[in-house]
Amino acid sequence: MDYKKLGLTVGIEIHQELDTEHKLFCSCPPKINKDEHDYTFTRKLRPAQSELGEIDPAALFEFLKGKRIIYQANYDSCCLVEMDEEPPGPMDAEALDIGLQFSLLTKGAPVDEVQIMRKTVVDGSNTGGFQRTSVISLGGELVAVGKTYHIEQVAIEEDAARKVEEDGDTITYRLDRLGIPLIEITTAPEMHTPKQVYDVAARIGSILRATGRVRRGLGTIRQDINVSIMNGAIIEVKGAQDLGMIETIVEYEAQRQATLVEIAEILNKRGVKAEMLRKDLQDVSELFKDTESRILVNALKKGGKVYAVKLKGFNGLTGMELCPNRRLGTEMSDHAKFMGGVRGIFHTDELPGYKITEAEVEALRKAVKADADDAVVIVADMEEKCKAALIAVVDRARQALDGVPAETRSANPDGTTRFTRPRPGAARMYPETDVKPVQITPEMIKEIKGRLPEMPEAKLARYQKEYSLNEKLATQIIDSDYLSLFEKLAAEGVSTTLLAVTLTEDLTKLRRDGVSVEELTDEAITDVFMMVESGNTVKESIPELLQYLADHLESSAEEALDKLGLAMISEDQLKAIIEEVVNNGMDLVKERGMGSMGPLMGATMSKVRGKAQPQVVQKLLQAAIKARLG
Amino acid sequence: MSEDKLTGYRGQLRKALTAAGVDIGDKLEVVVNNQQYRGSLMPRVETFDDWHLILKMVSGYNVGLAYNEAMVINKVGTAPKPEFKQPPLPKAEEGLPKVSIISTGGTIASRVDYVTGGVVSAMTSRDLLAIVPELVEVADVDADILYSVFSEDIGHKHWEGMAKRAYDKIKAGADGIIFTHGTDTMGYSAAAMSFAIQNLPVPVIFVGSQRSSDRPSSDNATNLMGGVYTAAHAPFAEVCVGLHENTSDESISYIRGTKVRKCHTSTRYAFQPVNAFPIARYKDGGVEMINPDYLPRRDAEPKLLNKFGDKVALVKFHPDMDPRLLEYYIDDGYKGMIIEATGLGQVNQTLWPAVERARKDGVFVGIVSQCIWGRVNLNVYSHGRELIDRGAVPMEDMHGETAFVKLKWCMGQTDDLDEVKKLMLTNLVGELNSRTPYLGRMG
Repeated sequence: MDYKKLGLTVGIEIHQELDTEHKLFCSCPPKINKDEHDYTFTRKLRPAQSELGEIDPAALFEFLKGKRIIYQANYDSCCLVEMDEEPPGPMDAEALDIGLQFSLLTKGAPVDEVQIMRKTVVDGSNTGGFQRTSVISLGGELVAVGKTYHIEQVAIEEDAARKVEEDGDTITYRLDRLGIPLIEITTAPEMHTPKQVYDVAARIGSILRATGRVRRGLGTIRQDINVSIMNGAIIEVKGAQDLGMIETIVEYEAQRQATLVEIAEILNKRGVKAEMLRKDLQDVSELFKDTESRILVNALKKGGKVYAVKLKGFNGLTGMELCPNRRLGTEMSDHAKFMGGVRGIFHTDELPGYKITEAEVEALRKAVKADADDAVVIVADMEEKCKAALIAVVDRARQALDGVPAETRSANPDGTTRFTRPRPGAARMYPETDVKPVQITPEMIKEIKGRLPEMPEAKLARYQKEYSLNEKLATQIIDSDYLSLFEKLAAEGVSTTLLAVTLTEDLTKLRRDGVSVEELTDEAITDVFMMVESGNTVKESIPELLQYLADHLESSAEEALDKLGLAMISEDQLKAIIEEVVNNGMDLVKERGMGSMGPLMGATMSKVRGKAQPQVVQKLLQAAIKARLG
Repeated sequence: MSEDKLTGYRGQLRKALTAAGVDIGDKLEVVVNNQQYRGSLMPRVETFDDWHLILKMVSGYNVGLAYNEAMVINKVGTAPKPEFKQPPLPKAEEGLPKVSIISTGGTIASRVDYVTGGVVSAMTSRDLLAIVPELVEVADVDADILYSVFSEDIGHKHWEGMAKRAYDKIKAGADGIIFTHGTDTMGYSAAAMSFAIQNLPVPVIFVGSQRSSDRPSSDNATNLMGGVYTAAHAPFAEVCVGLHENTSDESISYIRGTKVRKCHTSTRYAFQPVNAFPIARYKDGGVEMINPDYLPRRDAEPKLLNKFGDKVALVKFHPDMDPRLLEYYIDDGYKGMIIEATGLGQVNQTLWPAVERARKDGVFVGIVSQCIWGRVNLNVYSHGRELIDRGAVPMEDMHGETAFVKLKWCMGQTDDLDEVKKLMLTNLVGELNSRTPYLGRMG
């Protein structure tokens, strides 16, 4: 794609959880519960109508009104503050400190007094109906792959609750994550290729890690990407968690917008106008009373209906691919799901199919008086849901006349995105009067400046020199989540190359093999290295031990060693094994003298690999052969 | 709201803002320490320091900028006119019960003004219905403001006015009364109304919120909606407090005004029944009765008895309590005091002479327990009997706040100490019961 010609413009917001002792506005530990929740409660949020987005806010209001929100919580990670049953405490000083470190590293200008704001969020992910957020600095810049990019602002805010499931009118959230401090870095919209977006995101990530104070693991860093092209719209893609997918997301979104612009042109040529896209919904259940389509049969059996609507001039367009795996019909389906709570729709560009026959399609087209140029969309569910869904489909079809509708989208794992909600109007913010503003004094800034962490490149040079690492390993460890752990263990005398290889390449390999290495605590990893240091096992056993510990979180390193049979054997045991090997190989010893070392070493090692240090084996074997030759 | 166009700004900064000719909401360009900032001027909280200027940026975020003499303030635009399109009023159904909402302070409902970040309260029935439109589906609502005071500033003078207003509304045909009230002293006011309007034909329900109305999670619309429905349709005619039953937005319990206490500083379920079951519960859009022992809605002539006495004290006993504290009240001409004693009703022996003196001086002494739940019994321990011998009166299953309010009410009804004593030991509105029910964990 020619991004210059497309006019691609991208800005990003990076959200990174901070590694603090407490949550942002209470003294709960920032902890994600793996175990069952201890209790639940139910709430409703009541957004004022004026606080919603600009696209059909009334419908959205109705939609939200009926939503029931269930919160799951644990006693150890949630207190009355997360439950919105107690006013928040003061802002966590540690989080602000880490935020200011980043600001100062990137030449931002800290504000003099941090004002905590409430940003209205009514999807239930915040129990109060708003997220607490605060700008701590404005401006700043960074260099990524030789190019300078500007930062608009740095904010400290609280993370939202984790969505567990959404089922009809009920949304369930887990409260553990709510309140964990996040830093949010907003860049200027200055990136014009997917690669630049990757570069900037990677650079911000690496500066953040340079502070050594960020949380690691899946979901601890999330990117929101604002993508637009010429004649398109600013689309906010939320929740990209995997840096490796960023380029694909931007590419697909640019492609999607370009195709939507193209579709608008086609519709224009076909002379389609908004008023031709009528909300004439038609009950076509009768046509499908003998259908073999399981989806339709099931809906009808439950007392539901099959409804149809004609989309004037959309033939061939609903099936048009916007980007891989996404058609215009998919977009319509997303809107139908959102507004109507249905499971999906069928459009004539994908029919016959799904066991819907050609004869049925013919009858359908006839029933809604569709011309060859028109598309027909059907949905099967309870009557009210069908209607709400098809009205949403027509609304989306009307938007197609103008190209790209402004909306908020979520990233799918394959790099495509899906509609989540209409883009809200200007950010709805008002002061959080329960939390006092925090002053940032010149003295504070001076003090933080005096202990700023190195920028990644200074660190790289130092690592190569101080830890005798080659550039590749040094780069890897600096970019890894385990920088602080590396420094700590290196200071305790663990081989730096071993550390760097283990903490980057070995862990990456284990992760690729499906091992949940992010579950490993610093303590567990430290224990494994200490096993090697104390001579209880050999370094070759490390990956196996880490894998075992990741799979058995409650196990200790000793237990792992024991279970895997990786403990070292004693010198006496080793001597006995060597005696046996030498006795069995006496012919060879007699024939080759010390020249038998090689083959006998191999024979011994095959018996004791992972349980004895090769140098020791070599020494004892040498002695044993010498004694025979005596 | 204050008319000050520079709310909260003082000292040098205020002078600089005045010199620049700016008001709250105006668009500014501020240059300080070689940084340029653009945004709208926001008010400053009065109690904060006087050298930070608050700017709302285009992003919606506020930032605080420290003033120094080199700060340059330029006005680049005037404040946009606050714009609030009143949504069309929902159409009221014909023939619904009439409910009068009487506001005493706090906010019944409000919306956020995103220009200033301030909270705008609903002041009229129209405002209220615009914000909680579903009210029209359950009742024909009228709302007016009696007082605008913080609940901790409410006293018996307000109770007298509140009772009069409710009485007038009932006489004028209201099918139910709602008092909106700050929660801190709501229990006292509910007890006061219980005594001040007796022989009720309709329910009188206190409604409030523990989460401010400026947040989408506020409990206030739910409590108001439940209260209005209950006031309009419930089969009982008593004074009740109705807030959340637990932390979920699912049910609201109606607890008799003399048997309710705020037992938590912040939670939605702060109001708990003391020595009695709640009367009813609002859930899933309807009212279910919990306690069969209630006064029914009926055709009755309400009695307005809204006089309260002044010189009454509620005193909490504690270890090492100095008897001079009690003597102060006696010397100062107090006519009665309620002592929150320990356990079943004991106090330190050093206080006995002061209790003895109170009797001699004609000062009523009632004993309640600081345990809150349970009944006092001064016959179990000798120290209890010593208090009885000195004229102290055990208040049975009444908790301290109710006994205090009742004593103030009695003092407003009669000057005769024997009559006061008799009234205090007579059940008038469900405050005094011979049975103590088991309430589960609390009872």
